[in-house]
Amino acid sequence: MSSVRVLVGTKKGGFVLTSDGKRQKWEVTGPHFAGWEIYHMKGSPVDPNRIYASQTSGWFGQVVQRSLNGGKTWETMGNKFLYEGEVGNHLFYDGTQRPWEFKRVWHFEPSITDPDTVYAGIEDASLFKSTDGGQNWTEMPALRSTKGELWQPGAGGMCLHTILLDRKNPERMYTAISAAGAFRTDNGGESWKPITKGLKSPYELPDPNAEVGHCVHRIAMHPSRPDVLFMQKHWDVMRSDDAGDSWHEVSGNLPSDFGFPIDVHAHEPETIYVVPIKSDSEHYPPEGKLRVYRSKTGGNEWEPLTKGLPQSDCYVNILRDAMAVDQLDKCGVYFGTTGGQVYASNDSGDTWSPIVRDLPGVLSVEVQTLA
Amino acid sequence: MIRVVLPVHLRTLAKVNGEVRLDVSGPVTQRSVLDALESRYPMLEGTIRDHQTKKRRAFIRFFACQEDLSNASPDDRLPEPVVNGTEPFLIVGAMAGG
Repeated sequence: MSSVRVLVGTKKGGFVLTSDGKRQKWEVTGPHFAGWEIYHMKGSPVDPNRIYASQTSGWFGQVVQRSLNGGKTWETMGNKFLYEGEVGNHLFYDGTQRPWEFKRVWHFEPSITDPDTVYAGIEDASLFKSTDGGQNWTEMPALRSTKGELWQPGAGGMCLHTILLDRKNPERMYTAISAAGAFRTDNGGESWKPITKGLKSPYELPDPNAEVGHCVHRIAMHPSRPDVLFMQKHWDVMRSDDAGDSWHEVSGNLPSDFGFPIDVHAHEPETIYVVPIKSDSEHYPPEGKLRVYRSKTGGNEWEPLTKGLPQSDCYVNILRDAMAVDQLDKCGVYFGTTGGQVYASNDSGDTWSPIVRDLPGVLSVEVQTLA
Repeated sequence: MIRVVLPVHLRTLAKVNGEVRLDVSGPVTQRSVLDALESRYPMLEGTIRDHQTKKRRAFIRFFACQEDLSNASPDDRLPEPVVNGTEPFLIVGAMAGG
């Protein structure tokens, strides 16, 4: 019988939540790496018991952990993230140029074909790759050459938070960087192009043709349709049907089109999920009601999903890496909040229940569907 | 034998309990002690000082014999009680909460 394993990164440790295919009773283990910020944990699609974890601390810096047994035990891997060649500068808040400086790993994306290959999205924004299971890391420097001197940090830092691998075209990848934009490579990372045509950020970027500087919060795709992308931008929910060459808005009837995560149903490529947040200055759900919104039409027409979610006095946020879907039928949907709750739906979002209510603030949620 | 006390998170990371005892060849300085420490516990590389510049991380402090040695030259000889093993070299996470 199938089972699921939910990997939860929090501000004070990592947690592993497991259940059988019914997804009604859960076993919780953790905290792993107690007291450290666990920005992200993700398992290899090729070898699901191989899990990478980003363990960080303002005191002690970055540690990379790897488990080979599904999170039961961990080993410390390499944490040397050195920019290639001349480090160069990026734009800073005050308009001056600042040299790139490594701060932390925001996101690990294990390869879909090789268990020893894993990508890391880091702050200050760049993309790194390991081909030896996380022991040694090499920058893919062409990305920072894509107008990197114009990138500047957003409020959360200049982080590369989204890495999407194209299952149909191994040479194609997408990345997204907060306050810098979205980028695509068609040659395995040798060169990149900004994919921001159609994005509108009139207050931050008066130039409608600006290629970089858009605050992209998250991009999602369905693996069967890698040319169709869905984006939660700082404001606006966007869609591309041409691999990011152009975007159009699909915010439709959402109560707010500000938010962080976005994800796609495992079996219905036109069904997508967002969690609207009131505004950029009030990072909590509109009206104190925690509502996931689902569109079954690829955007524009949205329905609120509220059963089992708090509908009064709820003022949590859901961060960009804190939503995931499993592969079971019916599709499971999961998200974690800054208030420490992890909610799960085992029926594609129709109903929800908390797996845990009192974890530290949740930074990331990933789910593995196990045979 | 040089005695080193690590903060709790780094003891956990290095999988050690209590003090670490190190053989340090040559002059006993911050640099030579940290070199020996990282050589024996490579998982600590980058957690106390920068990989490349070897500068102390911002919220790490070094103490010995009731003295704050955080901003001393990494090549200064450490106090004699540290060198002869009667006092430990303390690596401390700075009080910088919030």
